[in-house]
Amino acid sequence: MSDADAPVLSVRDLTVDFPAADGGAALRAVEEISFDLAAGGALGIVGESGSGKSTTALALLGLHRRSGARVSGRIMLGDDDVNALDDESVRRLRGRRIAMIFQDPLSALDPYYRIGDQISEVYRTHTGAGRRAAWARAVEVLDRVGIPDAARRARARPHEFSGGMRQRALIAMALACEPEILVADEPTSALDVTVQAQILDLIDELRADTGMALLLVTHDLGVVSRSVERVLVMQNGRAVEEGPVSEVLRSPAEPYTRALLAAVPRIDAPRPARREPGEPLLTVAGLTREFRRPGGGLRHDVMRAVDDVSLDIRRGETLGVVGESGSGKTTLARMIVRLLEPTAGSIVFAGQDITRLPDRRLRPIRRDLQMVFQDPVSSLNPRRTVGDSIADPLRVQGTGDREALRTARELMERVGLDAARHDRYPHEFSGGQRQRMGIARALSLRPKLLVCDEPVSALDVSTQAQILELLSGLQEEYELTIMFVSHDLAVVRQVSDRVAVMHNGELVELAEAGELYDAPQHEYTRTLLAAVPVLA
Amino acid sequence: MTRYLLRRFASTVVLLLVMVALIYVIFYALPSNPAVLVCGKGCGGGQLAAIDHKLGLDQPEYLQFWHFLEGIFVGRDYSSGPDVSHCAAPCLGFSFQNDQPVLSLIGQRLPVSLSLTTGAMVVWLLVGVSAGVLSALRAGRLTDRVVTAASVLAYGAPIFVSGMLLLMLFCGYLHWLDFPVYVPLTENPAAWAKNLLLPWFTLAIAQAAVYTRLTRTGMLETLSEDHIRTFRAYGVRERRIVGRHAMRGTLTPIITLSAYDFGYILVGAMLTETLFGLPGLGQLIVQSSNNVDLPVVAGLTLVAGAAIVVANTAADLLYAVVDRRVVLS
Amino acid sequence: MTAELITEVGVSTEAPTRGRQVRRRLLADRMAMAGLVVAGVMIVAALAAPLLIHLEGQDPTTYHPELLDSARGGVPRGAFGGAGGAHWLGVEPTTGRDLFARALGGARISFLVAFGTLIVQILLGVSVGLAAGLGGKVADAFLGRLIDLAISFPQLIFAIALLAIVPGTFPRPILLMIVIGLFGWGGVARLIRGQVLSLRTRDYVAAARLSGAGRVRIALREILPGVSAPLVTYAALLLPSNMISEAGLSFLGVGVRPPDSSWGQMLSTATTWFQADPTYVLVPGLLLLLNVLAFTLLADGVRTALDPKAPSLRGGRK
Repeated sequence: MSDADAPVLSVRDLTVDFPAADGGAALRAVEEISFDLAAGGALGIVGESGSGKSTTALALLGLHRRSGARVSGRIMLGDDDVNALDDESVRRLRGRRIAMIFQDPLSALDPYYRIGDQISEVYRTHTGAGRRAAWARAVEVLDRVGIPDAARRARARPHEFSGGMRQRALIAMALACEPEILVADEPTSALDVTVQAQILDLIDELRADTGMALLLVTHDLGVVSRSVERVLVMQNGRAVEEGPVSEVLRSPAEPYTRALLAAVPRIDAPRPARREPGEPLLTVAGLTREFRRPGGGLRHDVMRAVDDVSLDIRRGETLGVVGESGSGKTTLARMIVRLLEPTAGSIVFAGQDITRLPDRRLRPIRRDLQMVFQDPVSSLNPRRTVGDSIADPLRVQGTGDREALRTARELMERVGLDAARHDRYPHEFSGGQRQRMGIARALSLRPKLLVCDEPVSALDVSTQAQILELLSGLQEEYELTIMFVSHDLAVVRQVSDRVAVMHNGELVELAEAGELYDAPQHEYTRTLLAAVPVLA
Repeated sequence: MTRYLLRRFASTVVLLLVMVALIYVIFYALPSNPAVLVCGKGCGGGQLAAIDHKLGLDQPEYLQFWHFLEGIFVGRDYSSGPDVSHCAAPCLGFSFQNDQPVLSLIGQRLPVSLSLTTGAMVVWLLVGVSAGVLSALRAGRLTDRVVTAASVLAYGAPIFVSGMLLLMLFCGYLHWLDFPVYVPLTENPAAWAKNLLLPWFTLAIAQAAVYTRLTRTGMLETLSEDHIRTFRAYGVRERRIVGRHAMRGTLTPIITLSAYDFGYILVGAMLTETLFGLPGLGQLIVQSSNNVDLPVVAGLTLVAGAAIVVANTAADLLYAVVDRRVVLS
Repeated sequence: MTAELITEVGVSTEAPTRGRQVRRRLLADRMAMAGLVVAGVMIVAALAAPLLIHLEGQDPTTYHPELLDSARGGVPRGAFGGAGGAHWLGVEPTTGRDLFARALGGARISFLVAFGTLIVQILLGVSVGLAAGLGGKVADAFLGRLIDLAISFPQLIFAIALLAIVPGTFPRPILLMIVIGLFGWGGVARLIRGQVLSLRTRDYVAAARLSGAGRVRIALREILPGVSAPLVTYAALLLPSNMISEAGLSFLGVGVRPPDSSWGQMLSTATTWFQADPTYVLVPGLLLLLNVLAFTLLADGVRTALDPKAPSLRGGRK
């Protein structure tokens, strides 16, 4: 290894323990991790939640100090061991030689100060520059990261920026002192896919211009494949595999990496063709929903969350609905199951117009229209046992108590839960298990149409794959028609027969899945597809 | 923003009108015969009729209410036989006891109450905020536990108990201070402050405890927020992080929302003034209600209620200006 | 006054809490247990007041001028306000009435009014809060304002005014319950409304609606259980607050009237005696302080036991 290739960062046997609050056994979050980051290079750390990837990233800046965590091993930043330096020396490294950006750019900035001031503060801390010079530097870096009209926008406060702009501002803060290394902890996970693409492009560009090295922490293998040269796969605090991205992703050596890769839904792999779908089960025509925008001007500012959407869902098919945040996909889903009243338009289900049906007459139809929710925490009543939660819909519809509980236990077994735990409370289960409960509850009435609103977005990829598998099996068994709403184009492709794309409340394109992904007609669909990072 | 302001303003006006109606109902419509309350049991029919007439109680109730409102907004005339006395807006009527206009009674007592409450507020904000910050920065250590224990004790002590204990300690036992007597600020500032020392602390103690706790919780919460981590990750000095970012995040809501304490201040002032015999508004309302001096009590309640409504609205608006995110939620 | 602090009871509704677990946590909380013991002793003493006073051999109304030093303006003879075997806590200056008997009478009034008021507050607060949270937009807009009104108004000022105009023949303790309750339900209502509005948006409520459950069933099964824990905490914190309110009104001379005794009323006559007869001040003052403190600690213990993550009065973890 020649001198020019000497790593800027060299980590050896990094171990992080979090002592238990009540004096019990310490939790080992990271165990003996070692890696090198070459000057100007890019290393990705991937893993599911709990793998210790973020803990590792924070340790690189010495951010576990004062938290009570025990950090051991060497973290060599050039000739300095971050783990051995005194607090003051570490403080002087941070932001100047190694800078970090975070997942949620809104909460990562102080809401009370102007963005320019926050960047200036960092710059002045390390350079001792005057107010004016620091402000000029702030404007310069904001301009560099593509904030339009930076001199003016530097005076804005974080809440006046969009999500993508905030992440740009945070990147600008990182650039201010021209660090050797940028540590990015899930920098795009909170962003829409098109914005994500822009931010990742920006990071690429800055790396090329400044020569700074990148350490990218993410759960998303697509992002890794697109943005870094080397990758380190972590599981339960340990390094599973490390190597060049192309090798690790194409021919993984370790079973865990293989399993992880197999679980990732592929945007370029269509689902196997299924039997012909039947006639429309649900038809939506001109469906519109308006909301009053809060904090608007004097006039009632009306926002059309869903704007004149017409589509049908055919018996036995899965209709995927994709869109970014604010596209109106969730509003549409909630109107279809009559949780939200439409402002205009009609919903015809199994030949009956249910748009304005009063609650009492809607009740028998409710049996056929069920929903699986995104958030497995808020979708189960924390004060009711799992068995009760699953049996409740049956009880409401008039089934006897004993019979309802018996069915609930059967359903628990069917969705892969231990029926013996029917008298436990939801918080005793994992996220994936709770999502199974949500599915069991939705199935208890044997519905015809199941609307799934981002059912796997809160889950890790491997759990996500299991839930998708479960849904697909249940679809066959229960002859379900499914409307599958998601922001994730790959997941949607994997499960859907036909796909609808929504943008700003409008339905921009609806086609057979293969057709839509391979030959998108609408401009927006093309943009969306181009933005998705594809696994190499 | 504009709509938010207008909405707050409109609801404030509605609130004030509801309050005026409520006060009217309580004081003039509810008592079966206010004239008897005024005059006492010994009064005969003639006297009662005269009082009824003077107060306008012989008119239909809606008219009485109308005059009441009229008095507040444009002024009204009271006639008792030949002489007519005009009462300019905002007219709150005349005291039954000594025929003085209620408004001028309030005016006479106002300086005492203002002296008491502003001083107490300064004390509790200073003591509460600094104790809270100290306690948060030393969380879990001895200082924190001492401050917390003291604040629980102070918080549980009713004003008239803690005041009495202070009185016994500093006047009765240590003889450091004399029993407080009100001396106007304009007359002798030193004596004014020295005499108000005990009342200030009496009124401030319990509230200081509340602020200690609010500040402690707020500070710990702010310190655990993501943006604090950001500035740590960028090497900003800890002193500056605490002094600039954490303090701003903690104190902005606390100081802004202190305007909501107005109601508490009034009640506290009532008790403190009664305890120390200070001739302020609180003492006035207690004396007047013991004397069943209805116009004075009604007037004071109205003024106090209006002040509170206005103060709360001001706090809302201030908060919205300081933290625009409030408006959006 | 306590309401200031009560209004920021942070209550999370996530973890379900089972009776056993809550009891265990509460029993392990030493401060709360100390509060429980003190409060328990006080309540028992108040209930058994006639018996205890009989044991002492005194009664609360008999004057004992022979025990007073008329040369010194009617101060009780002897140290500590004349305390001794006959009069356990001494006697009142100027009248010579037995202080132990009067203090116990005060305890009875204090508890009676505090608990009675609590019932009024909960009845009013829960019904208005539920109506606002579940009743739809118009009801909420109106009731929400009403709740704001009830909270921001200085209840004691109104109470004074109202107490002043009610004829003296009306039983005072009941009047106090009504008046303090009438102006003190806002906090309960706000708590309930806030909880209901927040619980209403949970997906599990949506799921219940999807299964065809009606409003009543949703309110009873899905929403009310989530409201009960914070309500218990809040109610526990209201008790000491109500005690202070009663004592305050009696101190101002509009509360309990002679011959009934109340700690606040005793304190108000004691004001002028703080130098000559400190015992007379300390007996009701410390009793009130101790009692309020005990109930506050107990309430705070209940809060922590029901929800260990909630911010506690006594600090603790973040």
